[in-house]
Amino acid sequence: MGQLLLGLINGSFYAVLSLGLAVIFGLLNIINFSHGAQYMMGAFVAWMLLNYLGIGYWPALILAPLIVGATGIALEKLALSRLYKLDHLYGLLLTFGIALIIQGLFRNYYGISGLPYQIPDLLSGGQNLGFMFLPNYRAWIVVASVIVCFGTWFMIEKTRLGAYLRAATENPALVGAFGINVPRMITLTYGFGVALAGLAGVLAAPIYAVNPNMGADLIIVVFAVVVIGGMGSIMGAIVTGYGLGLIEGLTRVFYPEGSAVVIFVIMAIVLLIKPEGLFGRTA
Amino acid sequence: MFRPIALGSLALATMTAGPALAQDINVKLGVLNDRSGVYADLSGEGSVVAARMAVEDFGAAEKGISVEIVSADHQNKPDIASNIARQWYDTEGVDAILDVPTSSAALAVAEITAQAGKVFINSGAASTDLTGAQCQPTTIHWTYDTAALANGTGKAVTEAGGKKWFFLTADYAFGHALERDTTTVVEANGGEVVGKVNVPFPATDFSSFLLQAQGSGADVIGLANAGGDTVNAIKQASEFGITQAGQKLAALLMFVTDVHALGAETAQGLSLTEAFYWDQNEATREWSARFEEQHGSKPTMVQAGVYSGTLHYLRAVEAVGKTESMEVLTKMKEMEFDDPLFGKGYIRGDGRVVHDMYLFEVKKPGESSGEWDLYNQIAVISGEDAFLPMLDECNFTK
Repeated sequence: MGQLLLGLINGSFYAVLSLGLAVIFGLLNIINFSHGAQYMMGAFVAWMLLNYLGIGYWPALILAPLIVGATGIALEKLALSRLYKLDHLYGLLLTFGIALIIQGLFRNYYGISGLPYQIPDLLSGGQNLGFMFLPNYRAWIVVASVIVCFGTWFMIEKTRLGAYLRAATENPALVGAFGINVPRMITLTYGFGVALAGLAGVLAAPIYAVNPNMGADLIIVVFAVVVIGGMGSIMGAIVTGYGLGLIEGLTRVFYPEGSAVVIFVIMAIVLLIKPEGLFGRTA
Repeated sequence: MFRPIALGSLALATMTAGPALAQDINVKLGVLNDRSGVYADLSGEGSVVAARMAVEDFGAAEKGISVEIVSADHQNKPDIASNIARQWYDTEGVDAILDVPTSSAALAVAEITAQAGKVFINSGAASTDLTGAQCQPTTIHWTYDTAALANGTGKAVTEAGGKKWFFLTADYAFGHALERDTTTVVEANGGEVVGKVNVPFPATDFSSFLLQAQGSGADVIGLANAGGDTVNAIKQASEFGITQAGQKLAALLMFVTDVHALGAETAQGLSLTEAFYWDQNEATREWSARFEEQHGSKPTMVQAGVYSGTLHYLRAVEAVGKTESMEVLTKMKEMEFDDPLFGKGYIRGDGRVVHDMYLFEVKKPGESSGEWDLYNQIAVISGEDAFLPMLDECNFTK
């Protein structure tokens, strides 16, 4: 029971991160390999806000994603927007290179061991649920991630803005003809996806080591989640994020040595049986 | 990839100026370690700085010894380490390789050094196999090993009443070695191991494994891992209230940079074993201040070990009057040392450097006067108690 709950908590991270990836891929057709680095930046920006400006966790929860999202927007404007006409592969290579550069820069300035970041006072401590001790902070992560995931899904699938976005990816020329600024919308969408990564980074800062490699370790798993869920499927990313968190959690109990591999085994099986992913639309 | 450091020029200048020099020796040292990965902070460029300081403090130039230092990144991979070592020995005329963290890479370099008949002074790696099952006449193991860690932290925690142990073991050679050596020490001191879990390496989330450890009813959770894994495990143990509920954590390998990364708030009260801490005495403080000036952070025991190893190597070269490896090695083992960082010590026939180890406890945030003021010294473990006895077949001075 406790282990299931832990799996769900880890799934929350997978869900928020893979959601960002899915939004970016689904609406922009970009495979954003710098997502892990942007997640790391979220955690580092939270640390910088605290240590250089004395800004605590709660404002950082808003500010850090905005800052990271702004860097994403700059990146899209300066570089990515030039690649839309080319094959996916170029976007992938560019974002991968950017990720390495960002990680290298942070490593150069802050070293590899990481930096301390405390859990905010309001959320320290925890509840004894009888079957396990649930830290308040972990409970908060689940709540925050459910809100963010549902909010994003609602915005894209159910609102007028989301409809514009989806229409713009189907036929940008036609949507542009209706007087909608398509390039700006795409830029903002990328910024939003990146901000989601930054948000996950802030959420992670108090419980995981804040170091330049924190995203590199996670991004591969998150990509597997997106592939299993179906590239570009918002709902798929959310559901598989939580689901795989659970499966991984169970593996940690019954066969811990295999817990690092289980997600990839599932990915291989899903790709063999349903190459478009569990929730993917057949092209 | 290789960065020669121009110390030689200084030496050369003095040599041409001073006619009274007795010796004219060229030494080339290679610092081989992790410069970009998980061990980059505890070894990395800091080890190069330490080696350079050793050359300066020794006054190599005035003694007619011209020293060049090169460095490279082995990325913690044995194959890359082997290639660089081979290239250094065969084509670049390197006389000795220093540091080499990551046990698997260190064992590979040890073998190549023996084949090439050069000198390998290890500081960063932990495996006791370097002076045990895979001992070589050309290996010197300077700073610490898994047995010394077990005899420090493992013994102290068991004696303090932590009888039932549960291990979280990093699932690779180093983790298993550390678990094995600690188990021996725990059992010898009347403790028992009630369970363990092999954690895939590297790991981010330890909550599931920590809960298993909590459910086992153990007194002590032994962390047989290193670096980011240890930091994550400790952070999350405090979050899940495991330490508050009475179970103790024993971080079997932790460097001052890891404690710094955790912060005193989370790390307080942990006991750990190191061979060196910057704030031990006047000499270590003075040296560490100079190191910090050049490198920007306090030295780890690995970096201090590179300094001492280089210093001792140069003393031997001076005494022998040449760089011929076997003669230098014999001299190094003959001469005892009294070093500003490691105090008195000597090198056994198997290449194990015997010096005191120290048991530290991490200070509470209120006691700490600065970001690097992290340890209280609890006990001194004499070198004879800390390290494993020498295997007969590894005694190369017989």
